[in-house]
Amino acid sequence: MYSNKVLEHLENPRNVGAMESPSLKGEAMNPVCGDLLQLYLKVEDDKIVAASFQAKGCPPSLAAGSVLTEIVTGLMIDEALILKPQDVTKALETLPRNKEHCATLAIDALKSALVFSHP
Amino acid sequence: MSSTPHKVYLDNSATTRVDDQVVQAMLPYFTENFGNASSTHQWGQRAKQAVEEARHQVAQLMNATANEIVFLAGGTEADNLAVKGIAEAHANKGKHIITSQFEHSAVLNSCKYLEGLGWNVTYLPVYHDGVVRVEDVQTALTDETVLVSVMHVNNEIGTIQPLKQIGEIVKQRRQAGQRHLHFHTDAVQSVGKIPVDVRELGLDLLSISGHKIHAPKGIGALFIRRGVRLQPQSLGGHQERDRRSGTESVPMIVALGKACELERLHLEDFIQRVTALRDYLEAELMNRISNISRNGDAECRVPHIANFNFDHCEGEGLMISLDLKGIAVSTGSACASGSIEPSHVLTAIGLDHSTGRGSLRFSLSKDNTKEEVDYLLETLPAVVEKLRKIAPKVVSNLRS
Repeated sequence: MYSNKVLEHLENPRNVGAMESPSLKGEAMNPVCGDLLQLYLKVEDDKIVAASFQAKGCPPSLAAGSVLTEIVTGLMIDEALILKPQDVTKALETLPRNKEHCATLAIDALKSALVFSHP
Repeated sequence: MSSTPHKVYLDNSATTRVDDQVVQAMLPYFTENFGNASSTHQWGQRAKQAVEEARHQVAQLMNATANEIVFLAGGTEADNLAVKGIAEAHANKGKHIITSQFEHSAVLNSCKYLEGLGWNVTYLPVYHDGVVRVEDVQTALTDETVLVSVMHVNNEIGTIQPLKQIGEIVKQRRQAGQRHLHFHTDAVQSVGKIPVDVRELGLDLLSISGHKIHAPKGIGALFIRRGVRLQPQSLGGHQERDRRSGTESVPMIVALGKACELERLHLEDFIQRVTALRDYLEAELMNRISNISRNGDAECRVPHIANFNFDHCEGEGLMISLDLKGIAVSTGSACASGSIEPSHVLTAIGLDHSTGRGSLRFSLSKDNTKEEVDYLLETLPAVVEKLRKIAPKVVSNLRS
């Protein structure tokens, strides 16, 4: 049902946990299933140098949070701002159609950190 | 460590492994004895004899007589035939059915179908302990009621329903003149797991499924008490004494018969061994993992099902993490079905979308060993810890 990449992130999630004094913090919730994703970013000179996450939800939501921390680390904020849910899905190989919203959740959390966050 | 089992199947309420003796019993009926049981030549007669022996074996497991057993494709078909068959045959006497909120979907959807045709259906509550109250049945009964259908054992939480007491009420009303009132149970999760006696329980109809008792998928049976009239749902060549037309699947019927015989012979041993294993599993889970709770009544339940809630975890994450370690269990949590609500069973016992999210069902069979349960007990705490570590500690400001 799930790609090997989703399963691998579920088994070994990367960068788990709240960050101490993050530069930016974002959060998103899926109102339909209640999945929640919190994202923490450390930014130096407009570059994301570290990311971590916490999440409650189904395996693809957890995997999307985990893989997002890998994707954004090393990106400039400008570059992170143009990421799309498809980029997350691609990094996870694929998601079942009815779970594609988990990638959207990850990008919503990222946008919330980059655009709306008040560090 | 070399003896650690890496394939541990603890999802026996979903389906069971077909018993080797069952496979051996059915095989000759594919090749040597392939006859049509309706044929009068020796090929047909050998097949017919096998079908009748199986009918006897099935009847014996539930204290029925052989001619009260109808073979069909499985539990779902049995439930459909019972509910719709009784409704259609007795609609002129009334259009009211009583069932429970946490029936199998075969019963629930048959009732919903009848509601669409103008029937009234009462869905009895099952309360926090997952048990129907006899008083609620009493209250719901009207002169228009033609069927009470309450499952014997719930498939997710394993609670046993008070069929004997319900059967007595049904009997009293029938003796008082309500001849069209019938009593059906879906016994898919009870037959072969606890003693089942259709006379003692006062049943008119009882559904069973082969693949829950180590026979193959695609075979089941409906007990129809002698004298009960129902409308067949499959019309054709008059097989099964006109109650279910279609050429008998002889190998599958033989398999179900053999499985029922084995369940009957080993029932006491099963109850003793599996109850001990289940109690060990539950006690050790409570020991090793904090913030978990059991679902369903602690006393009134079958030996082989344990259902737990794990706080701050998602059932699907738990289930798939265990699968990656070679352990099969199931979850009634919301995510698996893509909705916010947990399964209709967990909802019926009062769990909401936050408390019902982290539920896991462990269902044992005669084949499970202590070593297998030990492997689960070694594996699960770390899985729970991992998922709880991912879960946010700070409550969100967002509202769902």
